[in-house]
Amino acid sequence: MSTDDGEASRRSGRQPTGVGWPGGVTPDPAPSPPDAAEPSTISEPGPGRRSNSASAMIAVLLALLGFAMVVQLRHVAADSQLSSAREDDLVSILSDLEARETRLNVDIRRLEDSQRQLNSGAQRREAALADAARRADELGLLAGALPAEGRGMRLRLEGDSEALSAGTVLDAVQSLRNAAAEAMQIRGAHEEPVRIVASSYFVDQNGQLKVDGRLLSRPYTIEVIGDPSNLRSSLTIPGGVVPKVRERGGNVTMDDLSIVEVTARYSPTTLKFARPAS
Amino acid sequence: MLAFLALIAGVVLGLLINPEVPTVLQPYLPIAVVAALDAVFGGIRAKLDRIFDDKQFVVSFISNVLVAALIVYLGDQLGVGGQLSTGVVVVLGVRIFGNVAAIRRHLFRA
Repeated sequence: MSTDDGEASRRSGRQPTGVGWPGGVTPDPAPSPPDAAEPSTISEPGPGRRSNSASAMIAVLLALLGFAMVVQLRHVAADSQLSSAREDDLVSILSDLEARETRLNVDIRRLEDSQRQLNSGAQRREAALADAARRADELGLLAGALPAEGRGMRLRLEGDSEALSAGTVLDAVQSLRNAAAEAMQIRGAHEEPVRIVASSYFVDQNGQLKVDGRLLSRPYTIEVIGDPSNLRSSLTIPGGVVPKVRERGGNVTMDDLSIVEVTARYSPTTLKFARPAS
Repeated sequence: MLAFLALIAGVVLGLLINPEVPTVLQPYLPIAVVAALDAVFGGIRAKLDRIFDDKQFVVSFISNVLVAALIVYLGDQLGVGGQLSTGVVVVLGVRIFGNVAAIRRHLFRA
């Protein structure tokens, strides 16, 4: 802009009376010659040439004005005013920003702390949850609330009511428990299987076996999950279940299986007397 | 008419070239533009008063711009650039208002 101004003033310097004029905008009527009001229509050579050059000058100035205006508008629009701001403004803006940064840093630290706390809390809770789930699974298997599968054996008891009394079946179940059987179910020839849990009971009723209130018909099949060799040896020891049943004319067959499915679930009864003691 | 066309030509040129404002000129350009606007409105008013003198217009335009820029420069050197440029803008704004009021009286007779 200053170079433009310089050029303009140099040009205006060529005008004979242009330099000494006072800087007022509203022109004093006295010094203005009457022919200057309509510069373009003047045809006399002297003033006409002057008017022409003067109006060209005016055109140049106005073009400069338009140019500068647009440039400045663009500049302001593009610049968010920081580069045209003054030093004190910049200083105050800077100190504002610094104070804000400090505040935000404090915020960040606080939030990071709470994030850490929440994370560790969440981890603890997850661990506790996994532990509880594992224990719930184990207890569910033990209590017969969950179906189970695993290595084990299938035990088939054949014979008449004398050979397969409730006491014999209970003996067999106890032998299996001694051999660390983990899940068991017993089924009759036609009935649904019954899960055997700690509280299961076996009674004779009219020559039939009743397990947990359900009558089963011979032959009985017991599916048991556990180490097959242990189970087998606990059943076949002298004086054990297998010799006893065979003695009375029954028969016991044992199949080791890599996958035994214990699908029956124990349906819990409401307890009348026992309640948890904490 | 020629002046008006030149103004438009300048605007178009500015849009086309889209130059960067040099850092040295950044404080002065807005003031210079306002001063030039003041001169232009004064010229329009003089035209309507039929006392327009092109020579006077040219000189007042240039001197307006230069004086405004000089004042701002001086203010910057003295450490009161912000206040002084505000003052210049206020003065020029008042004059533009006065000129526009006179133009309005001419055009609308009110």
